[in-house]
Amino acid sequence: MARLNSPEALEKFRKEILSKRNPDTPCISICAGAGCIASGAEDVIAAFKAEIRKEGLTADVDTKGTGCPGFCERGPVVVIYPEEICYLQVTPADVPEIVAQTIKAKKVVERLLFVDPATGDKAVHESDISFYKNQQRTLIGSNIKIDPKSIEDYLAIGGYTALPKVLTGMTPEQVVAEVKKSNLRGRGGAGFPTGSKWEGSRNAPEPIKYVIVNADEGDPGAFMDRALLEGNPHSILEGLIIGGYAVGAHEGYIYVRQEYPLAVENVTLAIRQAEDYGLIGKDILGSGFDFKVIVHQGAGAFVCGESTALMTALEGRVGEPRPKYVRSNIKGLWERPSVLNNVETWANVPLIINKGADWFTQIGTEGSKGTKIFSLVGKITNTGLVEVPMGITLKDIIYKIGGGIPGGRRFKAVQTGGPSGGCIPESLLNLEVGFDELTRAGSMMGSGGMIVMDEDTCMVDVARYFTSFLTDESCGKCVPCREGLRQMHKILTNITEGRGKEGDIELLELLSEVAKEASLCALGKSAPNPFLSTLHYFRNEYEAHIKEKRCPALYCKELIAHYIDPAKCQACMMCLRKCPVGAIDGGKNRIHVIDQNKCTNCGTCFEVCPARFGAVRKISGEPVPAPIPEEERNISRKSKEK
Amino acid sequence: MEKKKSKTLKEKMDIGRVDQIIDKYRGDASYLIQVLLDIQSENNWLPKEALERVAERLKVPLTRIQHIATFYKAFSLVPKGRHGIHVCMGTACHVRGAKRVLDSVQDLTGIRPGETDLDMKFSLETVNCLGCCALGPVVEIDGKTHGKMAPAKAADILKNYE
Repeated sequence: MARLNSPEALEKFRKEILSKRNPDTPCISICAGAGCIASGAEDVIAAFKAEIRKEGLTADVDTKGTGCPGFCERGPVVVIYPEEICYLQVTPADVPEIVAQTIKAKKVVERLLFVDPATGDKAVHESDISFYKNQQRTLIGSNIKIDPKSIEDYLAIGGYTALPKVLTGMTPEQVVAEVKKSNLRGRGGAGFPTGSKWEGSRNAPEPIKYVIVNADEGDPGAFMDRALLEGNPHSILEGLIIGGYAVGAHEGYIYVRQEYPLAVENVTLAIRQAEDYGLIGKDILGSGFDFKVIVHQGAGAFVCGESTALMTALEGRVGEPRPKYVRSNIKGLWERPSVLNNVETWANVPLIINKGADWFTQIGTEGSKGTKIFSLVGKITNTGLVEVPMGITLKDIIYKIGGGIPGGRRFKAVQTGGPSGGCIPESLLNLEVGFDELTRAGSMMGSGGMIVMDEDTCMVDVARYFTSFLTDESCGKCVPCREGLRQMHKILTNITEGRGKEGDIELLELLSEVAKEASLCALGKSAPNPFLSTLHYFRNEYEAHIKEKRCPALYCKELIAHYIDPAKCQACMMCLRKCPVGAIDGGKNRIHVIDQNKCTNCGTCFEVCPARFGAVRKISGEPVPAPIPEEERNISRKSKEK
Repeated sequence: MEKKKSKTLKEKMDIGRVDQIIDKYRGDASYLIQVLLDIQSENNWLPKEALERVAERLKVPLTRIQHIATFYKAFSLVPKGRHGIHVCMGTACHVRGAKRVLDSVQDLTGIRPGETDLDMKFSLETVNCLGCCALGPVVEIDGKTHGKMAPAKAADILKNYE
């Protein structure tokens, strides 16, 4: 293929691609994101390709594996264009029917459609599904339309139009000014204004500068960046090249976790394609601007998502943060000005250039502009990625898009901001989502993890969980974080295991204060947040654990017991057979009894006891009733005796 | 006897191959982590001889390499079992009961996270999020993701590995 030496050559090439594509040609798009692949998408793609070949339709129908459209709960997701018919939870067995009915006979396969659980209505099109209807998908919406391994697909949907616009029509200062005007704030967590960061680097005297993509998405329960990098890698590259031009950098780095092999693969391929077409390299589109991009894989350290730690890791050293007396946009990688932005921030850049800062500022709230992708997970009906305008309420995200809590359970809290964030209780569900709003509620925006918890989630355990995570991930450089978190974790573990004592809460508060004030980097400074926010909103749970040795959510193993209600037990042998430690005594027509000395509280009996009996229950904070006398344990089945 | 022989072969890494990896990065010391990642992914662990070679070729002190090899989670300084079990302990999996799944995997294999059993059959690790939150709790074995796990299901799945 030929290098594109001018913006005109790029446009000509784009027209060529579009002229070869008929928008009316049926196209079967199958999500090939990591979530759907785990649900078997690869087999579905193979089945479609084989079926299309068998039916002799290869020339008339496109079949492609695409990026993640976000509805992971119902994967594998299949969308058929041009009608935009959306099928969910497709298996290879469904493929012949889809090809025969939808592709050939132009009929809809009803049973694979989304059924609204509230109304029972079926949704044919992707845009009719309640999960999608209430979103505004400017960033992630293209994922299902393109094969991430094809630069032609990206060009066909108007990709790489912002780049020539910038290179030929705007000075670097104008680009910086446009981004500043858009009020775009960093999507990685802290929400620092992107334009100001760029300006600082641009004005720094050192001539060699860098731009870096932070794709070290370490927050557990968050996978927005992965979906973008896997699903639409060119959009991030385009943003990065524009950033390089604006800042005056000729080298860009992409720091991506090695836990995301598909993202590494797709972005590496995208760079090679862009190089082949001359969109990366020397004299891009004849503008005289040189730019190269290097992929660097992280080796598994959460702290490397912190800007200064990430830069030391890029230099091939241990990723430890440094004090930020001088910001890294002035003195960063190799002590040179370095602009580090999150994946989602970079993905916003081409949109802002194409549609203008004024378009961008129309979306969102006063302090937070644009859209934000959240990963909505945990105890929620529709798990997946949701992209919403800033300013939407938590309630709308959880109920209108997420479909509420499954299993008829009651909502308890939503955790935002990853391990550094906090839990927001039901009383604040009308809170508008934005950087400042979430911080005021004692949590933070973070990178966009949103974990929903129901009444079965113990909030003390949640605090213990995050503290344990951060203790493990602390790099060990500064004392308040290394030692303070360790002690906090010990005390929280004691509380959840029934060894809590008076004064524990006060000691935890003291340790939190020190960690917040004296830690070197944001990891330590924000580490007490999970504890402080759960204490603020759920103090009663802490007190129940400490004073009554009771876990109100019936979660903490050491504080609960499993008990079979003799009045409800039908002696069906389910729990007895499944108990891994043989702690259940009973038999046919003999009411089952749990031997409390043998029971490990693994919860298997609770899970397998048929819902119509519901005989196994958990008890906390009160003694387990004594087993019923032996002679009363026989069940006489009247129907059989007659 | 035959089995033992193949194991020793696997434990040792060809120094020529280490050189090839280093050459791929043009012997540039700033790619140290990438070099180690490549060795780790090919060999499943970092043998001492390989690290010594890297130190020599990249002109980096062995202590710094060990610092890196012990700091980052991706590296292992001991040989790994035939099957790698990764139990996801991410938040979404955690609230859906990952701890109980981990407990049962520990009971079944007799090893704790970070350990390998004596038969070199399983190595158990916990990970902090595999990003398949819709399927949680998730256990990944040899790269294959098993979703919607429960303590009772773990036994059925582990049975299939030899």
